[in-house]
Amino acid sequence: MIVELDAIRGVSLDTIYDSPEGKLIQTCIQCGTCSGTCPYGEYMEYPPRRIIKLLQHGLVDKVFDTDSMLKCVNCYACMMKCPREIHLTEVLLQLVKEQTVIKLPVVPPELQKALENNYRYGNPMGESGRKRANWVQTSSVPIRILSQNPEPVDVLWFVESYPAFHPRGQDTCRAIAKILNALGVDFAILGNEEKSAGECGLLSWESGLAEALVDYNMAIFSKYKFNRIITSDPHALDAFNFRYRMYGFKGSITHIVPFIIENIDKLKPMLHKTLGYSVTYHDSCCLGRHNGYYDEPRALLKAIPGIKLIEMVHNRINTLCCGGGGGGMWLDTYFKSQNMERLSDRRIKEAIDTGADVLAVACPYEIPRFEDALKVAGYDKKMVVRDIMELVSEAMED
Amino acid sequence: MNFIVFLKMVPDVIEELKIADDGKQLDSDWIRMKLNECDENAVEEAIILKEKFGGKVTAVALDAPELDDALFNALAKGADKAVKIIGEWKDVHSPAIAEIFAKYLRDNNLIDNQTLILSGSQAIDDIEGELVYYLGELLNLPAFGVITHVDYDSGQNSVSLVKEFAGGLRGEFSSGLPAVLGIQASENPPRYIPIAKIRAIMKSAAIEEVVIPPDGLPAGTTIEKMFEPETTGKAEMLDGSTDEIIEKLIGIFSDKGII
Repeated sequence: MIVELDAIRGVSLDTIYDSPEGKLIQTCIQCGTCSGTCPYGEYMEYPPRRIIKLLQHGLVDKVFDTDSMLKCVNCYACMMKCPREIHLTEVLLQLVKEQTVIKLPVVPPELQKALENNYRYGNPMGESGRKRANWVQTSSVPIRILSQNPEPVDVLWFVESYPAFHPRGQDTCRAIAKILNALGVDFAILGNEEKSAGECGLLSWESGLAEALVDYNMAIFSKYKFNRIITSDPHALDAFNFRYRMYGFKGSITHIVPFIIENIDKLKPMLHKTLGYSVTYHDSCCLGRHNGYYDEPRALLKAIPGIKLIEMVHNRINTLCCGGGGGGMWLDTYFKSQNMERLSDRRIKEAIDTGADVLAVACPYEIPRFEDALKVAGYDKKMVVRDIMELVSEAMED
Repeated sequence: MNFIVFLKMVPDVIEELKIADDGKQLDSDWIRMKLNECDENAVEEAIILKEKFGGKVTAVALDAPELDDALFNALAKGADKAVKIIGEWKDVHSPAIAEIFAKYLRDNNLIDNQTLILSGSQAIDDIEGELVYYLGELLNLPAFGVITHVDYDSGQNSVSLVKEFAGGLRGEFSSGLPAVLGIQASENPPRYIPIAKIRAIMKSAAIEEVVIPPDGLPAGTTIEKMFEPETTGKAEMLDGSTDEIIEKLIGIFSDKGII
């Protein structure tokens, strides 16, 4: 379902009708599935269906004067459910969003800061790029940094900003390092040379920022020899798999979950600790809905002794977004000011309803988002949020 | 109107600062420079005023690492011209910087009765005081610092200003032009400029380079020693139940004579 990149290269809103994607958009039957499935559709003056209709009538400029596209969290629900298979999230909505941010009288301050930080420091939180690899010192296993030891390596692990800087993301990193080490994977990281992959610049308004980050990371990749890239961030997976390819990236990129699944036979004998948790798994929009990894995370969870998996009402293609994508990570205050419910608060109610002890996730945005949501719900003593890699690592303990 | 904005690059404190081996300065290989925050507000204010009342904005700065980024950013925001004063500007502080800027203004005949000179009200490395007052003195122009609001009356050719004082007090001033303003905060926070626009400006616009010989500058302060702040006391974490913590807090407050 991912759009053919050649079909949209260089396409703008003015030229979209000349592209194959434009032909597809013309076949829209205005069924409204997109607007209905959109988690914030009811708050948008122009939800996806209306945007398509305006585009058909040459009136799409109207959308730029509203904040409708600020409210798109890139959850891919509209796109994956469109009966005409229009690539809304990947193409049309991006183009409209880009114009929105250019024309917006004031960019919400948190988002502005995150974008500016990404440009200057290579991470949205505004941390010094020189501290990106600091977490490595807390790892229980050795981690090779390519700038210090540039020998060719099999697997380049693209750590990304939230895992590298957020304290809970660092927990996931330590777990991943331990697992890779135990599996005997020949891996290395870029360390302080790495900058954000740029997905949240790219898919949230800022193609210029994205291009700057793509140029930067591509130049760094070209310095080293490796066979494949892995990452624990589904947003980085999307960035490399989708936009980087437009700029000539030819490498192989895999999310950590399917990567570990490739090695599941080797891993299983190492999982000797019975955890005894009941777990519910949240499908990340990028990993699940966009890339179709629904079975792999569940298979990995089921491989852990003593884990009982309970599904939430909305799962797999129907998963509810945590609200962090498309720049939503930095729009919580803005959404609140518009009296909009935080999507992580909405989602956590379903997780709580399962009665599980653990909410398992596979995306670094989700840990802080759901931990906050648990506190809001007053349920943080009864449920914990854990990355699947943390659970695997725990099961490897004696 | 003719808006001239003087900018300064300062050490970026997001990066950890390192003192050089001589113990007298920051390690320049290590630090990164960024535009002084108040100067960012001064650029914004100049552009807001230009949008309201018309005119041209010129951004001027002494050469420094990463200055080009700041100047291109100002151009992308709406400045008409960016000027870099070439030279090795080490150990120059506000009195010397004011001399250089005053010379730039005089050499280029830039001051007339439509000129408003703006700069940030202060910078983290203003060890010899704030620029705008020195500049006002040298140019014999009225100078105001800590400005949070500027309005222009074309009939009177004057500006009305709001200046902040300590303790939450504010004063309203009126001044004829030309004048020198130290901006504390612009009318709106500095705007976001899409990076694509900055990258396009970098390709299309040019930064004008000007040479001003550093002759006859005031000697200024010499830094004898630079050192990291010494830790004296540390925060104490209180443990226990809520009631126990309250008891401990009350004890601490009464020991300190607060209650």
